Amino acid sequence: MPTSYTIADLERWNERILALVERFGLDPYGQEFEVCDHEDMLSYMVYSGMPAHYPHWSYGKNFEKLKTLYDYGVSGLPYEMVINSNPSIAYLMRDNSLALQVLTIAHVYGHNDFFKNNFTFKSTRAQYTIESFKSHATRVRHYVEDPSIGLEKVEALLDAAHALSLQCRRNLAIKKPSPAEERQLKLDEATPSADPFSAVHRRRERVEPDLEKVPLIPDEDLLIFIRDHNPHLAEWEKDLLTIVHEQAQYFVPQIETKIMNEGWASFWHKRILEALDLPQELHLEFIVRHTQVLRPSPGSLNPYHVGMKVWEDIEKRWNHPSKADIDEFGPRKQNANDKLFEVREVERDASFLRRYLTEELMRELNLFEYKSRGNDQVVTRVADQDNWRQIKDTLIQNVGTGSIPVIKVENSDYNSNRTLLLKHHHDGRDLQLDYAEKTLQYIQQLWTHDVAMETVIDNNKTWLTIIDHKLDIRKSA
Amino acid sequence: MQTIFRPFNPSSGQRSDRTAADRLRHRQKVREAIRNNIGDIIAEESIIGKDKNRVIKVPIRGIKEYRFVYGDNSPGVGQGGDGEPKPGDVVGQGQDGKENQQAGDKPGIDYYETEVSLDELIDLMFEDLELPDLERKRLRQIEVERLFHQKGFRRKGIRVRLDKKRTARSRIKRKKATLKRHAMSATARFPFHKDDLRYHHMVTDIRRESNAVVLCIMDTSGSMDRVKKYLARSFFFLLYQFLCTRYQNVEIVFIAHHTEAFEVSEEEFFHKGESGGTFISSGYNKALEIIEQRYHPALWNIYAFHCSDGDNFDSDNPAALKAAQELAEVANLFGYGEIKPLGSGYYGSSMIQFFSQIDAAHFQIVQIQKKEDIWASFKTFLTKDRAREEAA
Repeated sequence: MPTSYTIADLERWNERILALVERFGLDPYGQEFEVCDHEDMLSYMVYSGMPAHYPHWSYGKNFEKLKTLYDYGVSGLPYEMVINSNPSIAYLMRDNSLALQVLTIAHVYGHNDFFKNNFTFKSTRAQYTIESFKSHATRVRHYVEDPSIGLEKVEALLDAAHALSLQCRRNLAIKKPSPAEERQLKLDEATPSADPFSAVHRRRERVEPDLEKVPLIPDEDLLIFIRDHNPHLAEWEKDLLTIVHEQAQYFVPQIETKIMNEGWASFWHKRILEALDLPQELHLEFIVRHTQVLRPSPGSLNPYHVGMKVWEDIEKRWNHPSKADIDEFGPRKQNANDKLFEVREVERDASFLRRYLTEELMRELNLFEYKSRGNDQVVTRVADQDNWRQIKDTLIQNVGTGSIPVIKVENSDYNSNRTLLLKHHHDGRDLQLDYAEKTLQYIQQLWTHDVAMETVIDNNKTWLTIIDHKLDIRKSA
Repeated sequence: MQTIFRPFNPSSGQRSDRTAADRLRHRQKVREAIRNNIGDIIAEESIIGKDKNRVIKVPIRGIKEYRFVYGDNSPGVGQGGDGEPKPGDVVGQGQDGKENQQAGDKPGIDYYETEVSLDELIDLMFEDLELPDLERKRLRQIEVERLFHQKGFRRKGIRVRLDKKRTARSRIKRKKATLKRHAMSATARFPFHKDDLRYHHMVTDIRRESNAVVLCIMDTSGSMDRVKKYLARSFFFLLYQFLCTRYQNVEIVFIAHHTEAFEVSEEEFFHKGESGGTFISSGYNKALEIIEQRYHPALWNIYAFHCSDGDNFDSDNPAALKAAQELAEVANLFGYGEIKPLGSGYYGSSMIQFFSQIDAAHFQIVQIQKKEDIWASFKTFLTKDRAREEAA
């Protein structure tokens, strides 16, 4: 199919867009655009946009699924795919129209700016992204080709590691204490704090902390903990665990800022395209495409729409604060633009929504809460005066890594027989048990010994263990 | 900052198939999952007795990717479309709705259906099975494979079989002969003539393999109710499919018996109902009679399978035992499948105790209680390694 534009056209538009990007104060990495066809796009989607990625059957499965959906017209392809690297790489589908390409280019700069400036991405080391994924690919292929290891073993380990990859620390801006610091922390905890009423209070007893326990402080990085504390793992197995962990860590910021990031990019592509002074036919198509992407999807949540609405609301409230806002927060010290750039730097989805999703906006977005009842999903609350707080809490609980249960290693030598003790930090949501069974089996496989997990089911404290390859559920009193 | 545009490069089409290896591996896992679930798939009534080319849908549950996820009691937040949502409105169906959730980490219905033809399924099922202890018998009559090989030359043939060397040689011969008769320059042009052409001749080669006959004996008496008959027929259907797929020329004999036994056609065997009492000996004697008339044990590999509910007429038991003993001696394998559906409060005796007296290496008993047992019992009869395992 001949395209209606040339690379020179794209470059011309890009120049104009870049001028606006600078004028608006966006600060992206260098940018590379690669024009590809839809088959390329599907492959990039499967491998998270990476030019090199290690092989695993799950990517093949994902490809088949995407391709089926695409072939049957159930879902289209994304207009753009952009990866967090320095320089950033984005893919443009060649069959898209010129208007769509211009829209996409502007949108990509929004993401690029967000990758470079949002605090959650500081840990991703964007300048090494491509190289590190390539190095992972080379190492995994090397193990697959090693006759003493081979595909079957590598695959079995990757299957298990993938199941645990997101059981890792979520906020990487918080430093993980070193072993010495952990020790100190434990000792400090044990020392009773100074009590101004020590004359009348009974003296609190000092409980000696058990400094032999591993880990001293519950550890959320499951793969890394297993890597460092299971003496039976071979070097290649440890390396595979490291690879899977590193890749998960790379993606955590994107999971954590989905709504903000998509909202930010949409907010700016709209601003840029409006300032571009597009010829009429391009402008009309832009409006159509923009509306398609940004329309609310009834029954679920469109991150583009919700995100952009919140950004626009921030701008509005800082430009023209309402009387209620001034009463509550005092006069604005910042102009709206500074506020926007500050927020894009220091927030992630959970904090972004907590601080800036207002009651009015929730009503405008028509948000509701639902629960499963039998096979149906039933609306339980709507955003009225009594319920909006509750809905907001539920929403915040579900965004970013909030949808992944928090599970920490409590003890690596439980019962003094090297049983790995895990604790699910229950927040009202129970685990799906068939999934928990399989995942615990994977942990057992990696730990090469028994595993026990404490959780809560139907408000009862419950122990989950794997006995004879089956899940054993025991309620404790 | 700098921007680079890389134009579309058609040759990068090769790179676009980078998922090929991962897709292949996924397909292999799907096949594996089908094979592991074959017991269940066979148990589905629908495939028995159906047309071979029919495509059946096989649900696969094996290839989910598991992680820790929240279950049903975890609420979500959605956006209303047109009109206000009210508490109590149904906004989605089960897991489908959840999949659209941007939170997206809920388990979707990750089990999907894949289509395989019955043929392919049978292929998968019978991969590791074969008629056990197939011996070489003297009169090797059954053709198993056709091979082609060269034998001699012909003046007529098809182009691909042209033998260039021989053709060139025959031209030289003709040239020499012509030079003797006629005066002409040895360097003059002397083109090929169609009589020069020589072609390879191909003959088909028939490899003969040992003769084998399979005797299917089924109890069709009144005590064999609908469920039992269904189980028995399922078993024989599998056996029949197996033989048709794996052996080109195995002879199959169908025998139905109640108090009397008859040799019946395939059609009758699978579809006809009967009633009456049970003399198991009648079926065996019929089989022995057929063997004596048509399939001498010195020349034929004989396999006999019998399905019954074991509810034999008491007075017939000694005769049945004797006949079974005889049959077990002439056959390479004699399998007896006793069908006792669970909870079918039977009072009749089981033949298993009786038959356990039979002392023959080639006799095997299985019990079929439910649909799921069919495949297992089938495998017990026909597992390749059986003989070796026993030897070990």
